Amino acid sequence: MAGELVSVAGLHVEYRVGRTVVPAVRGVDLHLRPGECLAVVGESGSGKTAIAKALVGLTGPGSRVRADRLVVGGQDVNGLTDRGWRRVRGARVGLVLQDALTSLDPVRPVGAEIAEAVRNHRVVGRRAVAARVRQLLADAQVPQPELRARQYPHQLSGGLRQRALIAAAMAADPPVLVADEPTTALDVTVQARVLDLLAARKAEGTAVLLISHDLSVVARLADRVAVLHDGVVVETGDTAELLRAPTHPYTRRLLAATPTAHRRGARLAGPRTTPARVRSPRPTGVVAEVSGVSKVFRGPDRQPHRAVSDVSFTLSAGEILGVVGESGSGKSTLAHLLLGLLEPDSGRIGLFGRPWSGVPESRRRRGQVQWVQQDPLGSFDPRYRVSRLIEEAGADRARVHELLDQVGLDRTLADRHPATLSGGQRQRVAIARALAPSPEVIVCDEPVSALDVSVQAQILDLFTDIRADLGTAIVLISHDLGVVHHVADRVLVMRDGEVVESGEVTEVFAQPAHPYTRELIGALPRPQDAYAGQPEGVT
Amino acid sequence: MISALRWLLRRLALAVLVVLGAATVAFAALHLAPGDPVRAVIGTLNPSQDLVDRVRVDLGLDQPLATQYGQLLGRLVTGDLGESYQLHRPVAEVIASEIGWTAQLAMASLVLALAPSVLLAVTTAGRRPALRRLSTVLELITASSPTFWIGTLLLAVFSFRLRLFPAAGGDGIEGLVLPAAAQAVGLIGIFTQVLRQSMERALDEPFALSARARGTGETALRLRHALRHALIPVVTLSGWITGALFSGAVVVETVFSRPGLGRTLVTAILGRDLPVVIGVVVVAAALFTLINLVVDLLYRVVDPRLREQAA
Repeated sequence: MAGELVSVAGLHVEYRVGRTVVPAVRGVDLHLRPGECLAVVGESGSGKTAIAKALVGLTGPGSRVRADRLVVGGQDVNGLTDRGWRRVRGARVGLVLQDALTSLDPVRPVGAEIAEAVRNHRVVGRRAVAARVRQLLADAQVPQPELRARQYPHQLSGGLRQRALIAAAMAADPPVLVADEPTTALDVTVQARVLDLLAARKAEGTAVLLISHDLSVVARLADRVAVLHDGVVVETGDTAELLRAPTHPYTRRLLAATPTAHRRGARLAGPRTTPARVRSPRPTGVVAEVSGVSKVFRGPDRQPHRAVSDVSFTLSAGEILGVVGESGSGKSTLAHLLLGLLEPDSGRIGLFGRPWSGVPESRRRRGQVQWVQQDPLGSFDPRYRVSRLIEEAGADRARVHELLDQVGLDRTLADRHPATLSGGQRQRVAIARALAPSPEVIVCDEPVSALDVSVQAQILDLFTDIRADLGTAIVLISHDLGVVHHVADRVLVMRDGEVVESGEVTEVFAQPAHPYTRELIGALPRPQDAYAGQPEGVT
Repeated sequence: MISALRWLLRRLALAVLVVLGAATVAFAALHLAPGDPVRAVIGTLNPSQDLVDRVRVDLGLDQPLATQYGQLLGRLVTGDLGESYQLHRPVAEVIASEIGWTAQLAMASLVLALAPSVLLAVTTAGRRPALRRLSTVLELITASSPTFWIGTLLLAVFSFRLRLFPAAGGDGIEGLVLPAAAQAVGLIGIFTQVLRQSMERALDEPFALSARARGTGETALRLRHALRHALIPVVTLSGWITGALFSGAVVVETVFSRPGLGRTLVTAILGRDLPVVIGVVVVAAALFTLINLVVDLLYRVVDPRLREQAA
């Protein structure tokens, strides 16, 4: 069709793995006009990254791309040679990837990466390259562009890096920008600013293809959404329309799995399937007391840095306490203090009225406080089978089966190695292992951050079940306010090592007292934004 | 700045310990090995007991081992390497006159090995499957061929048959080409394999995808991005290899009848010339630590991420 910058019909992408051919994308149609944003939403394995790569002709070795029509940046690229593609990449279509720390060359200055794109397409004369790089960085709202251009990716914050990456993708002014999970690794307030930057590009007429696993990110930017499942678009439509009245069951399931304000506490992944194993007697009263705890680290510049500063709270049996904060807020250090892996510099931590901090290791009751980490694969010995991983925490064979039942895993998985399990199954094994010594407290550090939204929903449901059945107190540390709001009873908001606000979740979210909490909540993308008609915060 | 100075001082203190340690090991080894330096110095088959005793006193070898060891350390600390038993010249002078030859050869070998390795790796990393396979086979062959064999082969072809280069000695460039090539051939295989492997790893990284998506060509991508990442293991390897080229020079030096440290060392060991052996060992150890220091500095040049970390 005329006026379309991206026009794709019948796109197939296949990968050859050994002797078998695995289809990643099976007949996808996409259309994008100038100044329009189309979001492709799907979970891992849906083929969304294969689409992004196909649009820049970089599906890589062992892949095969077929399409009835493949127009990118207004140019027919179907069956183009690599030489031909090189004139299209960067000039007609720009690509922005997730996590600029690895997507920008770590050993080259940021400016050199942008200059490369400028030179590749001879955008300006050789002498004007440096000035053009500065201008591009300034356009991407990078302060002090002159200084930043000379710095290396690791010297920039996550938000600045991502903006520099966008500047590099826009260097030759391509009419189309493909952004594959551009904000996934970022804190919410930073994510909001990067989305604003993309919105500004869109307002200037760039067509944006946004690829994401997160419906709420998409709601903020996209005009239309295509929901991808197993390489097929199952539903496509106007963003507001699709979020309000999804027709396909998969879209409904995705939306139901996303924690949102009005469904707090509801089950996210459907009715309960695991048997209830109620513990008696259930623990009661105050489980843990943290009073005035501080921890100071010395940075590489030998300056003391207060990672946790004068934090106090109590934790009661059967309570879920959420701890939210952005990276560097001290929430993981707090977890290590609670677990007794670090000793506080000042302040005290008590467990059931007895001291927990400052006691010799032999007198700790390690089993009473357990840990669930973000990436269970990294915390499992890859050579151990599931049964041994759980037995290691002090369970016999019968108890292993009981625990697997409790976390909703099939007993046959006991003989598998962690690498052969899915992300969700692994996190369930981690929870089973944490439950093995019948702990009073489980500290979960970003337990669902690495999971797809539908799997995240199942794990969050599991936490609610554990609390209901066993009365275990759970400390849930997360950067995701939606997750904390959904399952937690009380919340601590942390910033720069301090608790800036705490209280009942419903109260804190409804009437945030501290400006930082308000900023966090304001930056939170929500699916309903799309139909609440909230204006784009273009800066 | 302060931390960099502190780092350098600590490294220098460590270097002194390494050198003294190497001297100690050499001293112990020489005294454990059979053979009497005194008889070797005199040279005649049946010297009189009187002569043997006099020479022994002259060389200080009549002292108890502990005293000899103490004297050795005392001299080393003041920078005195002693005098050669056989050559009757200060050891420092002997080494100074030979080390230039070996250094020249080592540097030439390194350059001759690195240049084609980079070219081969850039050409075949992650592309041109047929050429890549051929290159892999050749690398395996060259990496496993002994230097003396390659040296003899080069001599047979280029000196005796084609008469392009001198067979023995020879000053300047002509005399350097064949021995340097003999050492380089084996290294090319190793360097190319390491370079290609780490380049292919870098080409799989997201930043390589980003660069391609900017319209960067495959060769430019390798030269501008992947090569820099591949240099880190190559710098490590080069440090080790430079050291090995100094200590292992004896083979080519013998095949091509070149002067140098390697031959000096072998002659000294055979002649029980203790001061020369210990002197060469000390100089080699000092060189090794110096090279390691240079390697550590080069890491910082290649990888900016290492610049800020205090060592």
